[in-house]
Amino acid sequence: MASTQNLVCKAIILKSIISVDYYIFGVLKINMNWIYEPWPWYVAGPLIGATVPLLLLLGNKKLGISSSLRHVCAAILPANISLFKYDWKKESWNLLFVAGLFIGGYIGGSVLANPNPIAISLNTQNYLSSFGIESSPGLMPAELFSWETLLSFKGFLLIVVGGFLVGFGTRYARGCTSGHGILGLSALQWPSLVATASFFGGGIVFSKFILPYILAL
Amino acid sequence: MKKFQYIVAGIFFGLVLTKGEAISWYRMQEMFRFESFHMFGIFMTALPTGTILLFMIRKFNLKTFDGEPIEMPVKLYHHGVIIGSVLFGFGWALTGACPGPIYAQIGSGFLVTIITLLSALFGTWCYGYFQKYLPD
Repeated sequence: MASTQNLVCKAIILKSIISVDYYIFGVLKINMNWIYEPWPWYVAGPLIGATVPLLLLLGNKKLGISSSLRHVCAAILPANISLFKYDWKKESWNLLFVAGLFIGGYIGGSVLANPNPIAISLNTQNYLSSFGIESSPGLMPAELFSWETLLSFKGFLLIVVGGFLVGFGTRYARGCTSGHGILGLSALQWPSLVATASFFGGGIVFSKFILPYILAL
Repeated sequence: MKKFQYIVAGIFFGLVLTKGEAISWYRMQEMFRFESFHMFGIFMTALPTGTILLFMIRKFNLKTFDGEPIEMPVKLYHHGVIIGSVLFGFGWALTGACPGPIYAQIGSGFLVTIITLLSALFGTWCYGYFQKYLPD
């Protein structure tokens, strides 16, 4: 626990260093607050795309994050299931990569968290507030994603059933948004186009026809 | 020790996903309802960047930093690509997360998404268990 406190202290110190106005030669004012701002799509998008060649150059690794779920199953509970009978240790880079994702999420979403509510479109704001969901600071609505709601039927559907479908569906499709949507499409693989159209289609149909009933619970 | 570079690559990818708000449940609802350009802008700039850089790797016959020839990714079709992806799309709309963002959501401080991750692991395991009974 001491190390967590240490991390929190460091984050607070970092914050106090960043949010002060600095004066260079007593005139030029510099403020580092921009570091908390979210990144626009034209910055995030190209960097996401560049991760594909980066991993190939680092060691012929193929971006694909749902594979990490398979490796964890193979490591912890292979249970003589053919899908999990392989040498997962050879794919340990993938587990290190997702450990990095966790740290990147901590840096981006906690240390450098945007203090303002997320700037989603007015239409979406109105739609969500009709279900009592307001946009508050943070990337997820606390009204839905908290330990209290987990115990409700709504929270169970959103978190437990939702997570199950993500794990089951991505393995059935042998890839997710990263493996099919970004890596596969970048490499012009037509099965990945079918996958991308299917998961977008699934998400659009579900959001339009089923999700409103769940949010209204 | 060389594997340490993949943690660094993961931190980079996680930071981009998080600061680009691609791990946000709000942004996913907005995307599925076609009410903002943000997520589409991310995909529409990520794909050409990846495609062009992969094309250059092929064109100039680039090697990995260790000097190995680079193998291009190949994705094969099976019907599960459609069935599985549609199911995944439902889960994506519910959780606001594909597998990568689940890890970043936990890191960003929404600790309840640990349950999303555990459910996703259980879902993957169940697919493995029932694979032989399901259409491929």
